[in-house]
Amino acid sequence: MSVLLIAEHDNSKLKPFTLNAITAASKIDGDVHVLVAGANCENVTKEVASVPLVKKVLWCDSPNYQNYLPENLAPLVTKTAEKYDHIVASANTFGKNFMPRVAAALDISQVSDIIKVSSPDTFIRPIYAGNAFATVKSNDKKKCVTIRPTSFDPAEKKGGSAQVEKIEAVDVPKTSKFIKREETKSERPELGTARIVVSGGRGLESGENFKLITDIADKLNAAVGASRAAVDAGYISNDHQVGQTGKVVVPDLYIAVGISGAIQHLAGMKESKIIVAINKDGEAPIFSVADYGLEADLFKALPEFLAELNKLNTIQK
Amino acid sequence: MKILVAVKRVIDYNVQIRVKEDGSGVHTDNVKMSTNPPDDNAVEESVKLKESGKVKEVVAISIGEDKAQETIRKALAVGADKGIHVKTDSYVEPLGVAKILKKIVEKEKPDMVFLGKQAIDDDCNQTGQMLAAMLNWPQATFTSKVNLKDKSVEIVREIDEGLETIEVNLPAVVSCDLRLNEPRFASLPNIMKAKKKPMEQIDAKDLGVDLTNRIQQIKVEEPPKRKAGIKVANVAELVSKLKNEAKVL
Repeated sequence: MSVLLIAEHDNSKLKPFTLNAITAASKIDGDVHVLVAGANCENVTKEVASVPLVKKVLWCDSPNYQNYLPENLAPLVTKTAEKYDHIVASANTFGKNFMPRVAAALDISQVSDIIKVSSPDTFIRPIYAGNAFATVKSNDKKKCVTIRPTSFDPAEKKGGSAQVEKIEAVDVPKTSKFIKREETKSERPELGTARIVVSGGRGLESGENFKLITDIADKLNAAVGASRAAVDAGYISNDHQVGQTGKVVVPDLYIAVGISGAIQHLAGMKESKIIVAINKDGEAPIFSVADYGLEADLFKALPEFLAELNKLNTIQK
Repeated sequence: MKILVAVKRVIDYNVQIRVKEDGSGVHTDNVKMSTNPPDDNAVEESVKLKESGKVKEVVAISIGEDKAQETIRKALAVGADKGIHVKTDSYVEPLGVAKILKKIVEKEKPDMVFLGKQAIDDDCNQTGQMLAAMLNWPQATFTSKVNLKDKSVEIVREIDEGLETIEVNLPAVVSCDLRLNEPRFASLPNIMKAKKKPMEQIDAKDLGVDLTNRIQQIKVEEPPKRKAGIKVANVAELVSKLKNEAKVL
């Protein structure tokens, strides 16, 4: 039977991690159907239909789905799930919010945050902040699975022409109300998908000093990350947090500055291809995962680093 | 109003866990255990709401072996009024935990259930949402701000893009994020007082819920280790290595 994947979007555009989830879904079963639920979201359905790995698009358009309130979205997914063996979504704040409601309604024990599909019922998922990998087999007839997007490559976007089928909305409980969303707008690449991430920690000592980080990030066309300590201290907003309870990033280059390397931070970045650590404490745990460690005062090292980068002419834009 | 706050006993967040050689799990013998960190935030917020006068009673619940009572006592020591220990010696999946909590909610009739957004051992992030679905209640996950009103609660949530504000009707389930508040430490006199607060013990078997685990753990292994890197002497060497050796610049 087929896989039902729930698309994440903003009603006009598909969110990129849905493409990673599509790749994962296709490893469970080749017959991937994608549910696009939203308000005036026809453009999103077209985008999804052009993904070659997608075999069918289910489109449900209603103002009730505009803000993905889980109380509204979960009953639609639960009903649509009748015809499917697997129900799949990204393990980000979108999928984490509604998927367990679907699983509970179907009396299914959800498999969260998988990083590998071993077979249609067996998956690998990190536990203990990624300090152990568990291979788990779901014995439920139907399976609810959330996918760690950075562990799968994004699916090819162009060339497909899946059929789009309209489906009916279902009743909503009217117990919750969306008020507002404050999105941090940035010219920089998104943290989750950037090729380079420059992160700052408590060593930055203030929000103003984060300019040292953002200057480097702008030079490298990189995203800006932060440790939980820096976010808790109010140096930078929560959407920059990398770690067990923040975002998991897997860039080609991760530069950790003034970050000691707590277990929960390492959980969010240690799969990066190349890790650089700049820290004045030579014993900091971050050095144990760094390919290149520089034991130095960041307030001296970062301006020097920027000056050296300015001498290079090979930086990719 | 009344709050039921759920707490879980987990390996302390500062402990470097060790995977068992036979692949059956991680070592827990002689390992420091603590309250799951976001559960501390859930307790703190419940107690703050009680102190504000909006909430009359805070009941702390934990599920697990006898030692789970230590975790409940800690919640009592910072201000919860009563404890409920649902005893089981077996691992219970989030689905089973939600079923147990539902039974307790039906009995205790709280206006809100507070819990941590995720446990730092199995990292599932499911229980609150599942409980809300089973009760047919609305939910607020990743909560970083709570504004309790008469018949609803306004919540600021931490989402990937930034912050989101929602309002949910009561009764509701609220799963707490780490920046919701600064959990307090229990004072010694309060720790002593907590020993006298009521603690109800219920055997999980007596609740009449199916706790059969649906997910079979086949093996637990260490993640691949990163190769040890090198230390560079200065910034110029760092940039040269990144450009010529790692080829990422």
